[in-house]
Amino acid sequence: MSNLLDLLVAGLATGAIYAIVAVGFTLLWQTSQTINFAQGEFVMLPAFLMLAVMHAGAPFWLAIIAGILLSMLLLGLGFKLLLVDPMLRHGVLPLAIATMALAIGIKEAVKQFFSAEASPFPSIVPAGDVSVFGRLVSLQSLGVLALAIAAVIGLTLLLNRTSIGHQMQATAQNPTVARIIGVPVERMILLTFLINAFLVALASLLITPIYLAKFSSGEVLGQAAFIAAIVGGFNQVRGAIAGGLLIGVVDNLSAAYVSTQYRAAVPLVLLIVIILFRPQGLLGRPEERTV
Amino acid sequence: MTATGKYLRIAFAIVVIAALIIVPMNFNRYGLYILSQWAVMTIAAMGLNLTLGYAGQVSLAQGAFVGIGAYAAAIMTTQGGMPLIAALGVAIVLCFAIGWILGYPALRVQHHYLAFVTLAFSTLAFLVFRNEDWLTKGIYGISNIPRPNVLGFATNRPLPFYYFCLGSLGIVSLAMWWLIRSPWGRAFVALRENPVRALSLGIDTRRYTLMAFAMGSALGGVAGTLYAPLTQYIDPVPFNLSLSLDLLMMVIVGGSGFFFGPFLGAAIAVLLPEWLRFTQGYYLMIYAVAVIMLLIYSPTGILGILDRYLTERRTKAASALRAVAKSRLETAP
Repeated sequence: MSNLLDLLVAGLATGAIYAIVAVGFTLLWQTSQTINFAQGEFVMLPAFLMLAVMHAGAPFWLAIIAGILLSMLLLGLGFKLLLVDPMLRHGVLPLAIATMALAIGIKEAVKQFFSAEASPFPSIVPAGDVSVFGRLVSLQSLGVLALAIAAVIGLTLLLNRTSIGHQMQATAQNPTVARIIGVPVERMILLTFLINAFLVALASLLITPIYLAKFSSGEVLGQAAFIAAIVGGFNQVRGAIAGGLLIGVVDNLSAAYVSTQYRAAVPLVLLIVIILFRPQGLLGRPEERTV
Repeated sequence: MTATGKYLRIAFAIVVIAALIIVPMNFNRYGLYILSQWAVMTIAAMGLNLTLGYAGQVSLAQGAFVGIGAYAAAIMTTQGGMPLIAALGVAIVLCFAIGWILGYPALRVQHHYLAFVTLAFSTLAFLVFRNEDWLTKGIYGISNIPRPNVLGFATNRPLPFYYFCLGSLGIVSLAMWWLIRSPWGRAFVALRENPVRALSLGIDTRRYTLMAFAMGSALGGVAGTLYAPLTQYIDPVPFNLSLSLDLLMMVIVGGSGFFFGPFLGAAIAVLLPEWLRFTQGYYLMIYAVAVIMLLIYSPTGILGILDRYLTERRTKAASALRAVAKSRLETAP
């Protein structure tokens, strides 16, 4: 029982990071039918960009800003202009396959230009423990959780309380009508890509101190984000958030209570069960079949 | 298609097959290994081509099915002492059944869900290969996998084994050729091109999609049963997600939905790295970028480009003929 609180906090912390990644994933799907199989690699890359800026002699805070901006340039603007725009006319599946090729490309590029070994990454939250209700809880977990929650709240406010957010939602729900009522649809789609790039950079900043920076770490992260998005609901931002938190907690609890060997299997089984019994996800609304 | 075109094609096919038999005769051990690997990967890619190219479903578990076939062959021939043909039967039945069970929930909902379910399955299968020591010997792997005797001939040496792989590829190709010309094959194409129309014509689209996926998976199992005696040692590592992605790229690069797409795609993925040794580690990076550029230009791969070129020439020739006929009509008295 004493262990449970630690596991829950750690699970919520990683879950909040998964949630951020899953939200970006669902945003891309909603506004431009992009199933981004490179989303995990998108999370892996910004940490290396930040490390590269730090190797050039910049302080950590400057590296963070530069990393986020570079990520928005490469993974936001570049991804949209060079891959999604030319591929979109071919349909959903060719585009999804192109992102798989992109995932291989990013992974290999990092392996070649940086390192095949795992590199340590500084944490933005100081190490140590704090006392919560008389129990010691890792400060890093709490800090990550707080930052991730702040990001999610910020994004929700942006989407639901601002004019730009409403325009983005209109674009996602019905681009044709949105265009008729004067929403700059193209700009809104670009904005979604930039927001996704910002979210993955943030997730990278938060998760890399825990798991180290490694070229292959995108696979696990990407899978966690897909599962979170599907379990929560592919077409709902709040679904992706709930799914992310759930997967994080389930992942941590199964490591402790199932077996370390099969910890990775539990979220996968959860995914298959959800697809069997509630295909629209826990909080999603059913999608009409497109003809 | 004119008669001369048909004879040209048959002649070309005979030349290619003869070259595949004769040229490798003085290849060294490594060259034969690579060519055998090409034949095995082509079989797996043909299975995926059935799923992706003909039925329009993305499967990210073909590598896992190859793994299941390989483990079936390795376990049955080493620990069980059974012949490879028995393992082949088990692999086909097992992969077909698993494919069917996996596809069932996914295809009930949305087409891209199969990609996610198979992705999850790929990871699950890898975990089982790695963790179930009692069956798969875990990370230590299974070694000394025997090569089979085919019709009384031992295939222990590289050349006979290559012929064994090539022969298997030939049999699978003939079966596939027959399949895609059968009513089933036509139904597969119908449900890729227009699922709603296919449904309204009385084709049970879900059953046929499932069938295509299960049969494609079974071919993955066939490739696996050849893979195990080819390498004679297997461990879980080759059967992780990247094999599934590699196979998918092979189908895409060659040309999904074209009969010869997997042959070409597997040749590029297996042989090209050998020639491009000088690029060192950059090879996969260049390959990924090339695949993306190819997809942007032609989502149906290299054979798609060829097909487009041929169609264009044919329509040009046809319109030229029409113009000639028209001018004759006009000049006629």
